[in-house]
Amino acid sequence: MMNLDYSVLLRALPYLGEGLLFSLQITLVAMAGGIVFGTLLALARLSRYKKLATVAAGYVNLMRSIPLILAIFWIFFLIPEIVAWLIGADHPVQIGTTRTAFIAFTLFEAAYFCEVIRAGILAVPRGQEGAGQALGFTYAQNMRYVVLPQAFRAMIPVLLTQTIILFQDTSLLYVISATDFLGAASKVAQRDGRLVEFYTFAALVYFAICFTLSKVVKRYQARLNKNVAHA
Amino acid sequence: MIKIDNVSKHYGPFQVLKNCSTEVKKGEVVVVCGPSGSGKSTLIKCVNALEPFQQGSITVSGVSVGDKKTNLPKLRAQVGMVFQHFELFPHMSLTENLAIAQIKVLGRRREEAMDKGMKLLERVGLKAHAHKYPGQLSGGQQQRVAIARALAMDPICMLFDEPTSALDPEMINEVLDVMVELAQEGMTMMCVTHEMGFAKKVANRVIFMDQGEIIEDREKHAFFETPASDRAQQFLSKILTH
Repeated sequence: MMNLDYSVLLRALPYLGEGLLFSLQITLVAMAGGIVFGTLLALARLSRYKKLATVAAGYVNLMRSIPLILAIFWIFFLIPEIVAWLIGADHPVQIGTTRTAFIAFTLFEAAYFCEVIRAGILAVPRGQEGAGQALGFTYAQNMRYVVLPQAFRAMIPVLLTQTIILFQDTSLLYVISATDFLGAASKVAQRDGRLVEFYTFAALVYFAICFTLSKVVKRYQARLNKNVAHA
Repeated sequence: MIKIDNVSKHYGPFQVLKNCSTEVKKGEVVVVCGPSGSGKSTLIKCVNALEPFQQGSITVSGVSVGDKKTNLPKLRAQVGMVFQHFELFPHMSLTENLAIAQIKVLGRRREEAMDKGMKLLERVGLKAHAHKYPGQLSGGQQQRVAIARALAMDPICMLFDEPTSALDPEMINEVLDVMVELAQEGMTMMCVTHEMGFAKKVANRVIFMDQGEIIEDREKHAFFETPASDRAQQFLSKILTH
């Protein structure tokens, strides 16, 4: 049997912790940004202005049709060119792996959240919008006070589940050498020649976090169903 | 107060409203009835522009509803509306349901809005339920709250779109009582309803619609005693004999 040495983990813990923190940061930023941008996309898709709806649908379909890893690459290499073009520089303006990570995940998640939120909005009975209008709410007020709160309430379990997937997906950042949790584990594992220990540990940490979160989601879902049954 | 002039509306090739004209004067109560699919709900929803229409004009207190330049939210804030399915906001308590539009649309202070809401809940007999959520109330109670919510905006007139047709029979009267009281206080009301008892009691005029047209628009005694059209006669005999 292999000769396993788990003490190497202890020494690497601070570094792994930094990686985990970075993964969590990206997850939270992409979730918040994705929900905001995704909500705007959803409203655009449901808009009666056909052009706006088409542009939003195009964006969402594009993002949902390409692998995330490709989107990360694409933003890593493309944005420097775009920025350079915008400010008229003759060299690509590097934005760094951290910013790339935040931008890529936010843009990508927004497309997924958009579809979840759109379904949530469509699930709110049409009469609710009419009632808000009849009280004198503007479109924005109606969305803010009447439609979106109800849409989100129903959609929170799905949004959280999507966020758990997002957390796992942060591991894809290794392609641009960003040091997320798995990236950190991988780097130390190769330096110390302790692949089994580090990958096992990483798997356990991912499992613990995701499993706990999904239990929380399940519980919330159950509570929600109970409330709906009562209403 | 409400002037409907030659209004027509189409859904594609299907015409839901055909050259409808009528008027509701200040302080008047007008009941709109007719078989289902006759366009009566559509007509009343055109009055506060919840439904668009293609031809004709509607003015509320002199403001043209169909005019693109009209500030619709401002107009709607002055016109109370009560829906068949209540449409209270399920994620807000009753007090919040009554206060939110007062605060966000009319710009009232929170305490003022809460105070007004509480008085109206008391008026419809639901003060003790103020902290509850709509899902915890019966249909009749919800509809009374919905009326209170509309009244909280100090409307210049009220529109009722089949306010009792989604209710269990034993709850209809508690809602009608509130409406009768409102009518007796002089509120201008346009009510789509099949409650002929209500019409007989408080209506000034009854409008009968069929297939998108206003067939009769008459003073209530004349309507009930001597309906002019066959269709109205048939309709009345069907709903009054059961």
